[in-house]
Amino acid sequence: MSQPAAAGRSALSDGEWHRLHPLTPLLRGGLVLVVVIGVIIANLRDRLVQLFLPTFVPQIDPDEYAFEYEGDPIDWVVENNLVLLAGLVLVVVLVLVVGGFYLSWRFHTFRITRDEVEVRSGILFRTHRRAKLDRVQGVNLTRPMVARLLGTAKLEVVGAGADGNVKLEYLSTTNAERVRADILRLASGRSLDAQPAGDGLAGAAALSAAVSQAVTGLIAGEDVGEVEPASVVRIPVGRLLLSHLLSPITVLLLGAITAVIVGAVLGTPWLLFGLLPVIIAFGAFWLSSVFKGLRYSIAPTRNGIRITYGLFTTITEIIPPGRIHAIEIRQSILWRPAGWWTIKINRITGKSLSEGAQDQFTTVLPVGTRADVERVMGLLMPEMAAEEWPALFEQGVLGPQDGDPFTNTPRRARIFALLSWKRNGFAVHTSALLLRRGVVWRTLSMFPFARMQSIALHQGPFDRMLRVADVQVHTVLGPISGRLSTVNRDAALELFAEVERQAALASAADHSHRWAAGVADTDDAEGASLAEEPHPAAGHAPGYTPGYTPGHTPEQH
Amino acid sequence: MMSTPDPQADPTPADDGMSWVVDDPDTYTELREPRSPNRLVIEPNQWHQLSRKYLTLQLLTHGVILALIIVAGLVVTFVAHVPGIWIPFAAVALLSLWGILILPRQVRGYGYQLRQDDLVFRRGILWQRVVAVPYGRMQLIDITHGPLDRGFGIAQLKFVTAAATSGVTIPGLSQATAESLRDHLIMVAESRRTGL
Repeated sequence: MSQPAAAGRSALSDGEWHRLHPLTPLLRGGLVLVVVIGVIIANLRDRLVQLFLPTFVPQIDPDEYAFEYEGDPIDWVVENNLVLLAGLVLVVVLVLVVGGFYLSWRFHTFRITRDEVEVRSGILFRTHRRAKLDRVQGVNLTRPMVARLLGTAKLEVVGAGADGNVKLEYLSTTNAERVRADILRLASGRSLDAQPAGDGLAGAAALSAAVSQAVTGLIAGEDVGEVEPASVVRIPVGRLLLSHLLSPITVLLLGAITAVIVGAVLGTPWLLFGLLPVIIAFGAFWLSSVFKGLRYSIAPTRNGIRITYGLFTTITEIIPPGRIHAIEIRQSILWRPAGWWTIKINRITGKSLSEGAQDQFTTVLPVGTRADVERVMGLLMPEMAAEEWPALFEQGVLGPQDGDPFTNTPRRARIFALLSWKRNGFAVHTSALLLRRGVVWRTLSMFPFARMQSIALHQGPFDRMLRVADVQVHTVLGPISGRLSTVNRDAALELFAEVERQAALASAADHSHRWAAGVADTDDAEGASLAEEPHPAAGHAPGYTPGYTPGHTPEQH
Repeated sequence: MMSTPDPQADPTPADDGMSWVVDDPDTYTELREPRSPNRLVIEPNQWHQLSRKYLTLQLLTHGVILALIIVAGLVVTFVAHVPGIWIPFAAVALLSLWGILILPRQVRGYGYQLRQDDLVFRRGILWQRVVAVPYGRMQLIDITHGPLDRGFGIAQLKFVTAAATSGVTIPGLSQATAESLRDHLIMVAESRRTGL
């Protein structure tokens, strides 16, 4: 496809009920069918060969092989003159299967209105699921290998509850792109009326189009119908491979291998066999995470940050502004010589807990240099001015250095954090709370006030003796914990009050659930790169001034 | 921090977070806190507390458990003639007794404050925990009472946010207090509602 697919609204988002792509049943239930057919073919292979290519099969003397054919159902059918009946049964089964697929496709409909996305499905047991658009946490488009060849894609609207996602699987790639743009547009608080109607392909027309698209996609080998906004970060393959090699898991594995080899040499060679499954499992994990990172890209769009992952199964997710609850820049000690960092976020993924562990969109930068980190942070936290970043990086990520704005663990309580007490600390930025933690794993975590749920202080008897307390910021479930232990008690109390005040102000001023409502409606095809234009800011505190609020000076001893 | 009036955060006096009062004569009036000056003090240091009936209920349930442990220990000791079998039972019973002895202190350690923009909840004396939740972060409020709770007219109120770790669960309110607090919190949260 050469023309930009995202131009114009989709015919599918007009507020009426629509059906999914006609190939949906094949893609969803297709695997089972293929397996069944495969089993049948494998079992009847000899027979089929004999039937169609009799010359290749040596003539079998029936008497000689009578034993072998005794239990064959086909022979049995032929011998008992039941060919007609068997054929009938076969036809009925086929009709039932195809009819079931057809009906499930007929009954599976979706509707996109001003306020909601709704999906109805099921033949006997009807389910009706809707997601409110102002609570949309992201929209992702998944293209598994097979679906990609057929020019289709799976659209998933990430809702706010556990297991609250609405899935539209499958749509043609063009439609999926347009529907996504429309959903984000509606969610942002703008209307679709201004958009010219695109030539959305609905119903059977999509089938013929799908075939030609698939051919194009196969030849071009490119993503079908997608305007890639320029990624702000590019990860060289070498860095990706090396970063995986330098992970704690690899070190653990090497340790295990050494231990086993030593054990084997010392007398139990059987230990070596136990190693094999471990290596295979590790290799599979390693390859899958490398493959995932191979096509990584991150770019700003009008409707949020767009992240793409995956070599074979491509997943593209758009996270609208104000959906990120916490951000963490992190570096293990193994990456320190190379100067690499990774960035993770806490966000609502709408998945049930069992699925949640698999959510790759908590990692927004798998591995990057300092420059990459600053660029990505510019997208994640548009509230923070670009010129603040160098200083913040020096102090917060690499620090502490002279003129440290962070309030650290007091010297008297260093027994609680022997290694990290000089780094362990917090600072209050105008739009977020910053926590600096760890020496071996250096991290800097940011908690935007507009998203913060609550804050707690903990103090045990030993903390009380040393006049310190622990601070914990509560956000939605994710990889980032908000706990900062051993803070000076007075500073913690001050922080408690300050954060509460900021959180109340920020959440009162926050309108990111409808992030573009009231914004002048310019021509903004989703997918157009808007790197030069700042996002509609998520949750500015009124009276915003860049820079730190004067932090608490660390106590002198 | 709440002393500075902010026109943005409080548009109308009607949705003042502090305008709610407890009308339950059985409520405790004095909070038990650690004596150390290093303890955590949240301003204004005026806490609403739990109902006295909650202590009675807790003492009752814990007492029954203790009695069961003692009875089980006696039975086992006299039926099975194994020397020293009473020791684990005695240990559990002692722990349980210790729990009962500190209950009156513990119950007085719970407290909550309704401030201008947030609810503050504290608990624990040896291990203190203080949480502040802005009203607008409320997702829902759960009131639960079991059969025993109903007999004593006690309810537990849970303030649920999008974060699983917030953990604001106020036990031992009188049912009337719990319901009026719930209605008040919902009313206040409505005027401050924001996204997640």
